[in-house]
Amino acid sequence: MPTKVFMEALSPTMEEGRLVKWTKAVGEAVKTGDTLAEVETDKAVMEIVARADGQLLQHLVAEGATVPVGEVVAFIGAPGEKVAQPAPPAPPPAAPVRSATAPSPTPAPVPAPAPVPAAATVVADASRVVRASPLAKRIAKEKGVDLKLIQGSGPGGRVILRDLDGAPARAVAGSAAPAPAAVVIGSGAAFEDVPLTQIRKTIAKRLGASLGPVPHYFLTSEVDMERAAEAREALNQQLGDAAKVSFNDIILKGVSLALARHRACNAWWQDDHIRYWNEVHLGMAVAIEEGLITPVIRNADRKSLSAIGSEARALAQLARERRLKPEQYTGSTFSVSNLGMFDIDQFTAVINPPEAGIVAVGSIVPKPVVQDGQVTVRRRLRLTMSCDHRVIDGATGAAFMKTLKQMLENPLAMVL
Amino acid sequence: MPTITYRDALNQALREEMQRDDTVFLMGEEVGLYQGAYKVSRGLLEEFGAQRVVDTPIAELGFAGVGIGAAMGGLRPVIEFMTWNFAVLALDQIVNSAAKMLYMSGGQIRMPIVFRGPNGAALQLSSQHSQAWESWLAHIPGLKVVAPATPADAKGLLKSAIRDNNPVLVLEGEMLYNTKGDVPEGELLVPIGQADVKRPGSDVTLICHSKTVTVALKAAEQLAGQNLSAEVLDLRSLRPMDEPAILASVAKTHRVVVVEEGWPHCGIGAQVVDIVQREAFDQLDAPVLRVTQADVPMPYNKQLERLAKPSPEKVVAAARRVLYLD
Repeated sequence: MPTKVFMEALSPTMEEGRLVKWTKAVGEAVKTGDTLAEVETDKAVMEIVARADGQLLQHLVAEGATVPVGEVVAFIGAPGEKVAQPAPPAPPPAAPVRSATAPSPTPAPVPAPAPVPAAATVVADASRVVRASPLAKRIAKEKGVDLKLIQGSGPGGRVILRDLDGAPARAVAGSAAPAPAAVVIGSGAAFEDVPLTQIRKTIAKRLGASLGPVPHYFLTSEVDMERAAEAREALNQQLGDAAKVSFNDIILKGVSLALARHRACNAWWQDDHIRYWNEVHLGMAVAIEEGLITPVIRNADRKSLSAIGSEARALAQLARERRLKPEQYTGSTFSVSNLGMFDIDQFTAVINPPEAGIVAVGSIVPKPVVQDGQVTVRRRLRLTMSCDHRVIDGATGAAFMKTLKQMLENPLAMVL
Repeated sequence: MPTITYRDALNQALREEMQRDDTVFLMGEEVGLYQGAYKVSRGLLEEFGAQRVVDTPIAELGFAGVGIGAAMGGLRPVIEFMTWNFAVLALDQIVNSAAKMLYMSGGQIRMPIVFRGPNGAALQLSSQHSQAWESWLAHIPGLKVVAPATPADAKGLLKSAIRDNNPVLVLEGEMLYNTKGDVPEGELLVPIGQADVKRPGSDVTLICHSKTVTVALKAAEQLAGQNLSAEVLDLRSLRPMDEPAILASVAKTHRVVVVEEGWPHCGIGAQVVDIVQREAFDQLDAPVLRVTQADVPMPYNKQLERLAKPSPEKVVAAARRVLYLD
């Protein structure tokens, strides 16, 4: 009888794995311990190894497919040995076999795959709450099975009878394999939808459970605004009364350009994927009598400082008059909130979903700082970026903030 | 074995018991000259005379009370209600006199009386005449309640009810009177308090009684077409309820759907669920589901009525859910 190869629980929290690559082809001889496939878990890419000698008879899962832990992915047996059909689903449309080459399942009542045997790589996670039917608990106790090692197929991951002995046929809803796609920048489209990798899913799940629907964290950086202030004075002297440049305009311009260089921060969380925008549509929080609204400067990274300035003032005016049209306050890819005029040193802003980040701008205040070993007075600004950790990891957000700081401290960089 | 209707099976039971014991008599609206609203008492007036087949005025509380008095005096009355919807008027006599007489007389006064008639919905009789009363009746200590689904059970349970020294309520069904089934010839007694496996199975237990036995059997047939084996357990008796039979089936299948004609709130199914979770908790692989009448007064509209009633499709859906297939 052929030996089943299971999608094994290769980490304590692994619930499903993506079969990245088959390293043994159908028909190849295998020995116990041989690597059969590479599997991307929620943590890393790991290997499934053979637990029997013989020939690899059949692949049941195509490369790139994601399958739950405990599902049969291949068979090992004697050369030419017949393979029993894998567990069929009860309703015909829900086929658990995901390989295009695998024969279609028949409705014969074949036992579903047993759960993963307790392999050496499997470690029970003591913190996991076990959900199991009373019957499953009793049988697990009788058999001495650790329920924490079993992937339950009932609602909410409840371990039920069939997960222990595979009684009635398992009905797996067709969870189609997401096509693996690399992040491609600058394809010409407005945005790029990128499927979530296993590690990204785990980050999203863990952090979401910890902080709420949007797992915020915050990065604060103090920026020297002395050169920006000089540049602003020079520009305003030249512009005369035509159109004054404000610090806010400079910050909006800096954020837009930094976003264009850090697309990883210019993104939307879309629950099952992340949308990386190739365009920068910058939202700016405006306080109005009734509350708050965030009008949008479209393609802000491609607009001049004066264009940004005049558009920002026009939008703010419309916002206060409550005359903004929907297209003027929707579709932003990132936002800026400025409370500098209220003498706020620094603050944390709440992310405007589905955006993944927002920069909170404090007051520009003269401060004693050490420069070249001397204490001098400089105009300083505190910026705090709020990041959605599902999309932006700490180092990614920090790199964006570093670029933004460099641009504001050296305003000439903005014309590069 | 002869195949006869449910109606004729009840008629046989009455005739045989009246022949066997001359203290047995039948009383109710239209039971004599008209031979019963549903012809259950056909031929009985002719055979036993007007003293033992008694037509009454339209006064349920009154003739129920007369019956109770007769039982206290040593007779064995069978009181027919044209439907249990009308018997609501007689509930004071049934609940306060019949059910409590033995207890309140310190065991001195027995109450060998049968109340019988059709229960539950028929077709388009609207809200007031389509009600399933079993959870009301089975609630009362001192009463026994049976609800036969087949002609054989109808005969065997009515005969046992007539011979019982306690008040027994027999819930029949307007939609059941014309159904046919094999009924053994000769003496047939079905003990009160015994459930019956109407169809054996291994994957899920469908617990039902009265008309819902047919619903469950049809559902079991549909499930068989999906390679799923359903056991149909007919409770037959609602008080006392056959706990060992329920627990034996749950131990076999680990999954339960309870089907009943009544409303969900405080229904017979709620009692079954109580037994199952208390006595068979470690046998359960899924929460018990119930299929009941919708929690509304029965609609008159034909389509709405169909939607409000338990159906084989609803039972199949529930069975698939407890099997984690949907």
